[in-house]
Amino acid sequence: MKWIITFFSSSIGKKLLMSLTGLFLILFLVVHLIGNLQLLKDDGGEAFNTYAYMMTHNPLIKIVAYGNYFFIILHAFVGISIALYNKGAKGQKYAVSNSNKTTWASKNMALLGTLILAFILIHMGDFWFKMKFTDELGMKSYEGFPEVRDLYTRVSTAFSQLWIVVVYLIGMMVLSFHLWHGFQSAFQTLGFNHKKYTPLIKSVGKAYAILIPLGFAIIPIWYFLFKTM
Amino acid sequence: MSADMNLKIKVWRQKNNKASGSFETYPVVANEHMSFLEMLDVLNEGLVNQKKEPIAFEHDCREGICGTCSMVINGQPHGPSSGTTTCQLHMRHFKDGDIIVVEPYRASAFPVLKDLAVDRSAFDRIIQAGGYISVNAGQAPDGNAIPIEKGRAGQSFEAAACIGCGACVAACPNGSAMLFTSAKIAHLGHLPQGEVESNKRAQAMVAQMDKEGFGMCSNIGACEAECPKEIKLENIAFMNRSYLKAVFSGEEV
Amino acid sequence: MSLNSKIPSGALAEKWTKYKSTMPIVAPNNKRKLEVIVVGTGLAGAAAASSLGELGYSVKCFTFHDSPRRAHSIAAQGGINAAKNYANDGDSVYRLFYDTIKGGDYRAREANVHRLAECSVDIIDQCVAQGVPFAREYGGLLENRSFGGVQVSRTFYARGQTGQQLLIGAYQSLSRQIALGTVQMYNRHEMLELVKVDGKARGIIARNLLTGELERHAAHAVVLATGGYGNVFYLSTNAMMCNVTAAWKSVKKGALMANPCFTQIHPTCIPVSGEYQSKLTLMSESLRNDGRVWVPKKKEDAQAIQQGKLKGVNIKEEDRDYFLERRYPAFGNLVPRDVASRASKVECDKGHGVSPTGLAVFLDFSDAMYRYGKTEANKKGMTGLSDAQIVALGEEVVSAKYGNLFEMYEKITGENPYKEPMKIYPAVHYTMGGVWVDYNLETNVPGLFALGECNFSDHGANRLGASALMQGLADGYFVIPYTIGTFLANEISTPKIKNDLPEFIEAEKATKALIDKLLNIKGNQSVESFHRRLGKIMWEYCGMARNEAGLVKGRQMIRELRAEYYRDVFVPGSNDEYNPELEKAIRVADLLEHGELMMVDALNRNESCGGHFREESVTDDGEAMRKDDEFAYVAAWEWNETEPILHKEPLVFENVELKTRSYK
Ligand SMILES: Cc1cc2nc3c(=O)[nH]c(=O)nc-3n(C[C@H](O)[C@H](O)[C@H](O)COP(=O)(O)OP(=O)(O)OC[C@H]3O[C@@H](n4cnc5c(N)ncnc54)[C@H](O)[C@@H]3O)c2cc1C
Ligand code: HEM
Ligand code: HEM
Ligand code: SF4
Ligand code: F3S
Ligand code: FES
Repeated sequence: MKWIITFFSSSIGKKLLMSLTGLFLILFLVVHLIGNLQLLKDDGGEAFNTYAYMMTHNPLIKIVAYGNYFFIILHAFVGISIALYNKGAKGQKYAVSNSNKTTWASKNMALLGTLILAFILIHMGDFWFKMKFTDELGMKSYEGFPEVRDLYTRVSTAFSQLWIVVVYLIGMMVLSFHLWHGFQSAFQTLGFNHKKYTPLIKSVGKAYAILIPLGFAIIPIWYFLFKTM
Repeated sequence: MSADMNLKIKVWRQKNNKASGSFETYPVVANEHMSFLEMLDVLNEGLVNQKKEPIAFEHDCREGICGTCSMVINGQPHGPSSGTTTCQLHMRHFKDGDIIVVEPYRASAFPVLKDLAVDRSAFDRIIQAGGYISVNAGQAPDGNAIPIEKGRAGQSFEAAACIGCGACVAACPNGSAMLFTSAKIAHLGHLPQGEVESNKRAQAMVAQMDKEGFGMCSNIGACEAECPKEIKLENIAFMNRSYLKAVFSGEEV
Repeated sequence: MSLNSKIPSGALAEKWTKYKSTMPIVAPNNKRKLEVIVVGTGLAGAAAASSLGELGYSVKCFTFHDSPRRAHSIAAQGGINAAKNYANDGDSVYRLFYDTIKGGDYRAREANVHRLAECSVDIIDQCVAQGVPFAREYGGLLENRSFGGVQVSRTFYARGQTGQQLLIGAYQSLSRQIALGTVQMYNRHEMLELVKVDGKARGIIARNLLTGELERHAAHAVVLATGGYGNVFYLSTNAMMCNVTAAWKSVKKGALMANPCFTQIHPTCIPVSGEYQSKLTLMSESLRNDGRVWVPKKKEDAQAIQQGKLKGVNIKEEDRDYFLERRYPAFGNLVPRDVASRASKVECDKGHGVSPTGLAVFLDFSDAMYRYGKTEANKKGMTGLSDAQIVALGEEVVSAKYGNLFEMYEKITGENPYKEPMKIYPAVHYTMGGVWVDYNLETNVPGLFALGECNFSDHGANRLGASALMQGLADGYFVIPYTIGTFLANEISTPKIKNDLPEFIEAEKATKALIDKLLNIKGNQSVESFHRRLGKIMWEYCGMARNEAGLVKGRQMIRELRAEYYRDVFVPGSNDEYNPELEKAIRVADLLEHGELMMVDALNRNESCGGHFREESVTDDGEAMRKDDEFAYVAAWEWNETEPILHKEPLVFENVELKTRSYK
């Protein structure tokens, strides 16, 4: 079993971790966005709150959720350690830098990632932590459900504060950049690169990097503009 | 004849591996037909005539094939023209009055030896780890015994065109040697003759590459952009594939 | 001294086979105890070191490059010959042998050349097995093309980078042996002296180019594969660091230098553009398959072009002189290199040259593009195309064949060769002369072998295209592994040679003294400037055409230059550091002696043969005249400062009839 250790300590092994965890997070974001879009329903939060309840009580989804936490931590940890290692491997920097042939995002994945991590921490502290570990949230009851926590109200209160909205918008910009490079990069890492399908992967990646963060961003904006007053 | 160009060359001077270096600026008169190295020759000849030490730089074929010339010109390994080595870069790409900054390749696995010369022996060790097909002289079957699809032979050739110059490492913000290593893995891996050993090769070469202290690839693509032989990122994907296949299906090495 | 070429007896075609199976060999357990030094990692050296390693010898391999892969062989473009007859056009070992002997103007040894032709077949197999990506047909089989001076298609190639691919193959094999521990590799180590013990070659003194340290390396035998000396001309197509030092130091230790005046001047190189020029770039010979060589008929036109007032494309068809086609109707633009080079020189000397310096002729592809364009249009069933459209189609075909060369031309000259004819001029390219060796590739110093371009053996007075790569690899993979046994079989009881023998200490001291001497002259002129002046003398008096008065004068000038060198050269820096100027200074010192010997040899050989053209020896219509009764010998020189001594090895031709080469 030595090979497993050898593999995960090799450059390509570490990269595989980055790629797979990254792709998992990409999937998570899709699901998360679909769930969150229920916030836009004008039903006083019923759809969203019951959805949140389901998400926190279905055992299968719970397992996935723990996996998700783990992958975020793993992705962040490996990503940052790779970045530090690479900094050392580069050594001295050039006096003149010339970067017109590469994207800014590709060279700043760790910075972008760290900002995303910060965002996730703030974000989870605000919603997830409060929901799970505090009693700050009120309760509501809907047909067919036991009492559920009123996450909807928590969200709408949060998004009535300008600074939180701004933090979210910045967060989504950062995420967009991270994915702009990250999406197609994950496939290259896995060894998928062929002139037949790589252009497609790249286009899908760019579309994803714009649409998903945009989808998320609409929620706080919408709340701030239309629900606050 | 074309008009003279008055240039200033700001170049990294470093006595040896232990010393710390710094930039020095020298004026030089060049003309557009010179190659970049000939411009440095003129500069050096001037320095020698003033009894100063010339700028050490490596070069040999001056035809863009041996891979010896190595320097970073205005932030780009091998300078501004794509698909071109320093020795084939001509001064017509610069203009009168330019200040040109010339630095050695930067990467921890390529320590500076003197001025612009760096030690690239790590590349040799990567090849020694497995960048070959194990066949002794005299063992080979007839050259036409195994037909090879033209397209495959072409892919192999394109990867084999790597001249081992190290510009990929120099260009990569991570100091990664993945383009070089993958070019060899792809050159041999695309051929039926090379397939036989591909599992062992991929694992051994990647292990050596890591051991030499090269960085890890984040798929930035600066290497491909600066490679004088236009080696493609597809090779890195090929290497990743070969490596993953080797780890999960091949023998342990 | 009598020269024994040790050619085995028997019929030409059976010599090698029979010899191989009867020669003494060394048992595997003894091989490990025998050490061999290989100097050089070009095709010849890398192939030799790896195959000797495979056999089990303890090999130490040296190169002054930072990596074995950088050797000058990497630059060969065109291809490698082999008598495979895959093209089914009547090729055979004998035909390759015959072409090589004839191409060399009957100044090479029959037996060696025949062996070379035999080995050529195995080389291709070996290289394919190593992963050399040769060009292939759609059916997946190897593709061939034809190359100057022959009538069959036997040249294997990998685009315009054949040398690179072959060298990488050899380098990989060498790397494998290094990893296995049979070969110990010394990069950045330059051999500066040969060490002889009891008359046998037993080691070398090498300078570690990073630290300046002199190292004594001992072995049972020494193999030189150190390439050619074309850089004696300063400007040549050779890589900048090519030099004669290893061979020359051996000559000074008693080896003989054979036919040093036989240099090949390649007709298709990019012309010199200025005084600062450091090297010349070859445009592959294959271009002459499709390009037509011409100069303006009228001198006024040529002058206008020289002054930049007129362009080649604007000269009317009837005002162009396709001088190769005119003078050699049978072979036209495909005459051998020496003939083509001289013809260009003649036109330029008459004032018809076409570059600012007046030293260039046109190589024109417009006809080829039109012709290919038409075929292409027919193939695709396109009709009613304009001339421009046809040419555009043809351009694509030309680009597929020569794209990389055209690109290289454009990079260097800034001119687009698809739109304007290329300008070319001959340049020094290859040196047929070299260290004298016998059939075993052993020099007259026992235990000292020489392979590849470094020796003199197989190309006579002129080398055919695509045959140097063949020779280097044949020597390294298929000859030396056997023939070194003839020497080493008698050495199995010789214990490990110690590197603290007085001979080693002595040699190290002498080398140190030479280095100190050069560093302490502290004169006023750079090494480069001396090298450039040497080159000019060589080109002027020992170049494409030579005559007695010039050679005498040239020799004198070199002697004076050499004296001046030791008086006034300035070598910056010190010995104990990475010092490229010092490296160059040592090399130029040797070239300054070797150049003189070339003049001496050229003066002695009062005939015109191959690349050696003596103005005194011409036929009535100005073509080269060989003198077989007087000069059918190898001129092997023993060096000394005052008057080198000539040893002759007569050349006996039993299988071919000596004919005058005619390409008319
Ligand atoms: C531009 C060009 C194109 C060519 N094209 C073709 C072609 O298409 N087909 C063909 O057949 N031939 C071609 N040739 C000729 C052919 O490339 C060479 O003749 C051949 O490669 C020589 O190989 P070699 O192994 O003998 O020497 P080289 O490749 O020159 O190797 C010499 C080696 O010796 C080492 N060395 C030398 N001196 C010392 C020393 N003192 N100490 C330590 N190491 C030393 C060097 O480092 C190097 O490793 C071409 C030549 C040129 C210049
Ligand atoms: C702006 C839009 C967003 C809103 C309104 C939102 C809302 C929520 C809410 C209400 C929760 C807690 C309940 C739940 O598990 O569903 C949550 C959890 C979470 N959010 Fe978000 N989110 C947004 C964007 C993001 C983004 C961009 C990321 C990632 C970068 C993210 C990562 C997470 C994570 C990791 C959790 C914990 C999930 C779990 O427990 O399974 N969220 N989000
Ligand atoms: C939900 C959020 C995230 C998503 C969807 C995501 C996605 C990705 C993807 C797809 C990649 C490309 C992997 C590859 O090249 O193979 C990647 C790379 C990277 N990510 Fe993330 N990531 C997220 C969060 C983070 C966080 C929180 C960090 C760190 C704190 C981070 C740091 C990095 C780094 C450093 C890389 C570059 C690794 C390399 O190629 O060397 N990411 N990410
Ligand atoms: S991959 Fe390109 S840049 Fe890297 S060593 Fe090879 S030729 Fe040079
Ligand atoms: S630039 Fe570096 S990060 Fe990878 S794609 Fe090239 S090695
Ligand atoms: S000097 Fe050989 S590639 Fe530049």
